[in-house]
Amino acid sequence: MRAFLEVGIVLYTLVSVLGSFVKTVEHGFPHQPSALGYSPSLKLLAIGTRSGAIKLYGSPGVEFMGLHDENAAVTQVHFMPHQVELVTLLDDNSLHMWTLRGHNGLSELLEIGRFTLTGPPGVTAVLAHSSGELLLLGTEGGHVFVVEVPGFRELEERNISLDQVSSRNLEHVEALQENPVDPDQVIIGYGRGLMVIWDLEKKLAIQHIPATQQLESVCWTEDGKYILSSHSDGSYCRWMVGGQDMNEEEKSDIPYGHFPCKAISKIVQLPTEEGPPFLLFSGGMPRASYGDRHCITVIHGKTHVALDFTSRIIDFFVIRDGPQRTDPSALVVLVEEELVVIDLQTEGWPIIQTPYLVPLHSSAITCSHHVSTIPLKLWERILAAGKHQNAHYSKKPWPITGGQNLAPDPPQRDLLLTGHEDGTVRFWDASGVCLYPMYKLSTAGVFHTDADPNDNMNQGTEGEWPPFRKVGCFDPYSDDPRLGIQKIHLCKYSGYLTVAGTAGQILMLELNDEAAEQTVEAKVVDLLQGQEGFRWKGHTQLDIQEDPVMFPAGFQPFAVVQCQPPAVVTALTLHSEWKLIAFGTSHGFGLYDYQQKNSVLIKCTLNPSDQLAMEGPLSRVKSIKKSLRQSFRRIRRSRVSLRKQHLQEANARLEAELAEMELAPVQRKIEARSSDDSFTGLVRTLYFADTFLSDSSHNTPSLWAGTNGGCVFAYMLRLPSVEHRADEPVTAQLSKEIQLMHRAPVVGIVVLDGHGAPLPEPLEVAHDLARAPDMQGSHHLLVVSEEQFKVFTLPKVSAKMKLKLTAVDGSRVRRVGMAWFGSSRTEDYGESGLLVLTNQGDVHVVSLPHVKMQVQYPCIRREDVSGIASCVFTKHGQGFYLISPSEFERFSLSTRCVVEPRCLVEAPLHSGCSNQHQSQPDGASSTHRYINLEVSLFSSLNMKSANCIYKKRVKRQRSGLVDLSVNMAV
Amino acid sequence: MNKNHRVPSSRSLNAVEVKSKFGAEFRRFSLDRSKPGRFDEFYGLLQHVHRIPNVELLVGYADVHGDLLPINNDDNYHKAISTANPLLRLFLQRKEEADHGTFGTDSLTRKKNTVLSAVLLRPDHNKKKPPVIISLPKDFRPVSSIIDVDILPETHRRVRLYKHGQEKPLGFYIRDGSSVRVTPQGLEKVPGIFISRLVPGGLAESTGLLAVNDEVLEVNGIEVGGKSLDQVTDMMIANSHNLIITVKPANQRNNIVRSGVGGGGGAASGSSGRSSDSSASYYGYSSHSAAASIPPHIIQNFPVGELESDEDEEDLVIEAGGEAEPIRHMASNHSMSSLPRYEPHLNLRTATTSTFSINTNGTLPTSGSSSSLSNIKATTPSPDRAMERGSLEEDGPGRR
Repeated sequence: MRAFLEVGIVLYTLVSVLGSFVKTVEHGFPHQPSALGYSPSLKLLAIGTRSGAIKLYGSPGVEFMGLHDENAAVTQVHFMPHQVELVTLLDDNSLHMWTLRGHNGLSELLEIGRFTLTGPPGVTAVLAHSSGELLLLGTEGGHVFVVEVPGFRELEERNISLDQVSSRNLEHVEALQENPVDPDQVIIGYGRGLMVIWDLEKKLAIQHIPATQQLESVCWTEDGKYILSSHSDGSYCRWMVGGQDMNEEEKSDIPYGHFPCKAISKIVQLPTEEGPPFLLFSGGMPRASYGDRHCITVIHGKTHVALDFTSRIIDFFVIRDGPQRTDPSALVVLVEEELVVIDLQTEGWPIIQTPYLVPLHSSAITCSHHVSTIPLKLWERILAAGKHQNAHYSKKPWPITGGQNLAPDPPQRDLLLTGHEDGTVRFWDASGVCLYPMYKLSTAGVFHTDADPNDNMNQGTEGEWPPFRKVGCFDPYSDDPRLGIQKIHLCKYSGYLTVAGTAGQILMLELNDEAAEQTVEAKVVDLLQGQEGFRWKGHTQLDIQEDPVMFPAGFQPFAVVQCQPPAVVTALTLHSEWKLIAFGTSHGFGLYDYQQKNSVLIKCTLNPSDQLAMEGPLSRVKSIKKSLRQSFRRIRRSRVSLRKQHLQEANARLEAELAEMELAPVQRKIEARSSDDSFTGLVRTLYFADTFLSDSSHNTPSLWAGTNGGCVFAYMLRLPSVEHRADEPVTAQLSKEIQLMHRAPVVGIVVLDGHGAPLPEPLEVAHDLARAPDMQGSHHLLVVSEEQFKVFTLPKVSAKMKLKLTAVDGSRVRRVGMAWFGSSRTEDYGESGLLVLTNQGDVHVVSLPHVKMQVQYPCIRREDVSGIASCVFTKHGQGFYLISPSEFERFSLSTRCVVEPRCLVEAPLHSGCSNQHQSQPDGASSTHRYINLEVSLFSSLNMKSANCIYKKRVKRQRSGLVDLSVNMAV
Repeated sequence: MNKNHRVPSSRSLNAVEVKSKFGAEFRRFSLDRSKPGRFDEFYGLLQHVHRIPNVELLVGYADVHGDLLPINNDDNYHKAISTANPLLRLFLQRKEEADHGTFGTDSLTRKKNTVLSAVLLRPDHNKKKPPVIISLPKDFRPVSSIIDVDILPETHRRVRLYKHGQEKPLGFYIRDGSSVRVTPQGLEKVPGIFISRLVPGGLAESTGLLAVNDEVLEVNGIEVGGKSLDQVTDMMIANSHNLIITVKPANQRNNIVRSGVGGGGGAASGSSGRSSDSSASYYGYSSHSAAASIPPHIIQNFPVGELESDEDEEDLVIEAGGEAEPIRHMASNHSMSSLPRYEPHLNLRTATTSTFSINTNGTLPTSGSSSSLSNIKATTPSPDRAMERGSLEEDGPGRR
């Protein structure tokens, strides 16, 4: 009865005061971007994606996100000049109007209207007129429609039909541009090449420009005197405006000419205060030799550079600065996998480091690790180490500065570490809304790798034409997959870091503020321990560099352990106080003393009948892959985006077919797990604890290991006293072995102290940052398997409480973490809870020490296996998971720790242009109107449907989570 | 089966001629057919006439068909007496030497027709066809049962599969499908989970209670509606040591026909304590040790405590005391003096020995059968039993 009461109280506090579930912000680079927009007046950047998301970014911390109801790709984004509205065009031919509405002193992105042109011709070009009242829509049929905004009222009398312009078939409208000095004049570029300058007031064509090549883009120079056109044969032309019968181009050039060239897809010419103008264009490369490059050429005076990107160019724009706002200051390029900003004012045009939108996946993410509340000292040292690495970046501040970040400073410094396939570990500042790159550690230098030293990214040789320069950091091809990082553990108090990789390598690193040259000692550990009949058929172990290696300031390796056989490391833990690391693979686990640099314990967990683990999985596949890798490397790199596109199309088709086809049903075998199952010996979790292992009066250091076969091993450790730590050996002695009868993989082991709280981290108590654990009361052991949570007494291991998750609802534990839930009402109250992510994508909070299920929230789609696998929990009730290879979604279960964007964007003041459509902060009804031509009959219901759309959007954003407050408000 | 007593034949012969063979020795005596007495008296008599007072015996007789059948309780003793024609041939064996395999059916007699040869023939001589083995009743244990017949609708069947840690696979597959439900809006197609395949020789097939295309409605009392195939698979595997699945059989002809009040509405609600009884009645066999509270024809033959132990499988903990090498050590561990010890013991999975040995283990709460039985009764039909179970376990018997 007493237990029941306690549980009741826990339930109450957890739900009402301590926790709620929200998805707060997406970090990283949007997956599959498809459109780029920029508002020079708001200084905001907008990116549309193929999945229909629209994201706005300003100064660091200012970001907005919206999602179209249609699941269609965003093909164009246009800000209304000098306003807070923007228009998106989707590939289902619908137009959407969005606004940044003020609400409670914060801005929010809201869809306020939509419009679909009646009739089949699709919209191919959009011009947001500088008056802010008109939208010109060029169509496939060659007509231009004029639409009044924000009401989306079609002004039929102003439409520019094809027969008003020419009697010939001119194909679709390719480009629409406004004369920068005369807003009444627009140029209409047709696909066949003809361009027409049209006067909107007089409704007549002023001038016909008869280009003969297929048109790609049109640009009006700043002074309005010239028009530049780019064409599909790689040429561009300059035409004089206003001359009589100027049918000859003033200048025509094929910049990379002689041999056939690819199209120049976009061209821009910008003047400077003094000196020659900037000419920028994308594409135009010689088809045969460099047709596969993704290039933007920048020509300024005598300087001519072809910026060579690693993925397809989506779009680019130039930010202009200076007293008259004319000097180009930065070139912003959106390519498929990253955003690159180039400083055009500094000699050499260096890259400006992006504070957000960083490509997390520049090499594929293989694991992640979160450390909360980093001490300031360590934080500063890591930042300093990172500064050394960023020397090649421009010193210029970030040029996109729109909006105000109103979010309070983060209460603590949090670090997210990501391990990558190329053997790097990246350190991200995860304290706030911007996931800012702090430092990058590369482990490849310790080893000899297959990497061909000539095959690097900077192959710029003197006098090469075109003058290529590689830019961007996205390089998904790992030279040696064995370098991949699999496990990371950082001790925030001592600055010791241990990382483990695919080829059974475990590195011990410590933070050094100076660069140092050193030889790394390697220790080979044979995990088989004489197990017979084993032949490893997987990859070979990595070869250590015998010569001293120069390591830059930052984390420097001082010891390396190599497991034999070199299987992927599956579990890793570090105890910086005892100076021990424990590591495990599918063959067994080991304990290594990094002070004395010797191995303390090796235990083979291999089941002799487990053939799969014996031979190493997928070995043959890997060897083929490896042999092909180098020969195809260059080809693959060039074709990546092309092939990706093809694949996606093929996949989409296949999916549609599959949906229609009646497939033979999938069957599942119902069989109890047996001891012969594969990989029962795989070590899933390792844990150090100072607890009562042998008797209830003396606590001793201990090491716990859990395997895939439901087995837990407990070792009692004997550590020499501090003064003899360097010379007396550490010993480990098997004390207990628990075989869980249900044999499910053990995914977590925790020891709870006398108060039912988990034991603190090593050195936490020593640094006065945690309460000392209660050593008086009896300790409990919590074993989390994929199917059950079980609490055992200590030192005599007998089951006390359990929760059978799988037997009850069929879900299995995938990720587990301990979290402290601080109360939002009182500073000092809080509780520990167990955060659990299941294979169904649900997050559960399980109370401790009673192991009762408290709350459950749907978090990740159950089909999103990689999202579920990538999830990490923080110690304060937040979490991260990958929603795409390049983006982390952040969620929060805690009411005290919520990191979400809070920002305000003010409408620009009358900046030279007549503009009545100022949006008042705090939602005047004019901005809150919802207009839809198709449903205009129901105009009285507009308000309601706007709210419905909003609600739907919120719901979709939170992936099915019904937000009670929103629902009730509506 | 053997509860079908037949009225003693109306033959005029009142005495039964008994010819008893033990080893190479024969004894002849007679019994009164109308007053055969009890089995234990008869057993004492046999020991007396053969002058082997302290030898544990296994008593067998040849029936009218020439089959060698055991005599080990009142029922089969009476049956043997009543069918003797007029000679009753007995074959005694020392229990420790006993070859259970010799109790056979027709295969022995079809061959030679002489009972004597059946006894003398060892099974290994009988190369053509191994005899079907009938083990002693106490070796029986249920592999499956139909439970909760009284609370389920007639169209449903709740089947319990006992894994007992044996090596025989559960042996069935499930798939997604759709079934038609009657709703207020009319017929509606809803997704469901179905049995798609039975593995030959598997537990599921051998019970005959589950069939391909049966719709799975519940797993251990939890409805599967709204759950994915993978979830249901995981639930079944998590409960595989004691799996209770409620199905709607595809073939509705073999349903249990109920008589009287119970059969009517088929109300699925309400709890009943009779579930275990009903299961036992299907697979019961006579036993001399049947408790008085249980009707004489129902035999609690398998250890009742085992049911409960299935509910809470205990994990195996090996305490490695210093240099001691852990050794498997199953039998008679009341005195946990020697190292290494097994704490909550009962390694069901590795116990390849029969339940007989587990029985004699003494660590199972066989004695508390009635109380633990009631625990089962309380938990089984309750819909949210999973919640209850947690609390029950903590004060359940036989747990520390």
